[in-house]
Amino acid sequence: MGITEILFWGLSGLALFSALMVITSKNPVFSVLWLIVTFFTISGHYILLNAQFLAVVNIIVYAGAIMVLFLFVIMLMNLSKDTEPQKSKWLKLAGAVAGGCLLLVLVAALRNTESRMTELGTGEIGLIQNLGHVLFTDYVVPFEIASILFLSAMIGAVVIGKREMHSPVHNEVEKIEAMQEEMNISEPVA
Amino acid sequence: MDIKYYIFLSIALFVMGIVGVLTRRNAIIIFMCVELMLNAVNLLLVAFSKMHYAANAAANANAGSEAQLFVFFIMVVAAAEVSVGLAIIVMLFRNTHSVDVNFLNRLKH
Repeated sequence: MGITEILFWGLSGLALFSALMVITSKNPVFSVLWLIVTFFTISGHYILLNAQFLAVVNIIVYAGAIMVLFLFVIMLMNLSKDTEPQKSKWLKLAGAVAGGCLLLVLVAALRNTESRMTELGTGEIGLIQNLGHVLFTDYVVPFEIASILFLSAMIGAVVIGKREMHSPVHNEVEKIEAMQEEMNISEPVA
Repeated sequence: MDIKYYIFLSIALFVMGIVGVLTRRNAIIIFMCVELMLNAVNLLLVAFSKMHYAANAAANANAGSEAQLFVFFIMVVAAAEVSVGLAIIVMLFRNTHSVDVNFLNRLKH
């Protein structure tokens, strides 16, 4: 049993454990932190498969950007306390049994697949030179369309997240402004 | 390493995401479980790309690089999806002061 096998089993066990902690933690902040651990173990798997570009992108995009966004939203809403109402015990049991049935069916269906080996630690296709070459020759059009997707996502997020004009807070602000104006007008008279 | 172990690891991670979606009520944690499922699929795609490379490396030096680019585009779409989805969740929280999905069933009526 070489070093790569030991790393594979260690990373797999850590990934499964941290995924389990994501779905069982009561506190949403702990869920986010365990999900970051899961993403790091998956990046470790990418490094074992010599997909170095994807490992770095996974850390930067997922663990860096997306999880910080999740953490930011949770902090913003002040959801970090244990106030989440739990589903009833039977619904949780039903969800776990349904997932277990899916696991059973998929494993039983794929148990007798042909044994093929993946290469660990060798091969040039995961390096950034090779992937960049393929990306900017064969896949230029999808790459440019992705930029349009990002632009539309950005505009969509801004439009959705914009404060509505008739919210109660806005009405209060208007009232206070009107009162201030009244006071300013009445002051010279008095 | 045998491809079977990667298949089983990805299935286990994917099923954990599904169980999380089915058993939790917090909309943000449900969203995080969707991300977990996306990552399980990404891991399987990378493992398959290396398997394809191991089989066809002699004929084509670039064999399997399409799968890794596919994973890259999945990450791009996931980033855009997260930004819009979190904006929707923030708007829901502003209107209802809760992210409990059991209260968010107004479209049903």
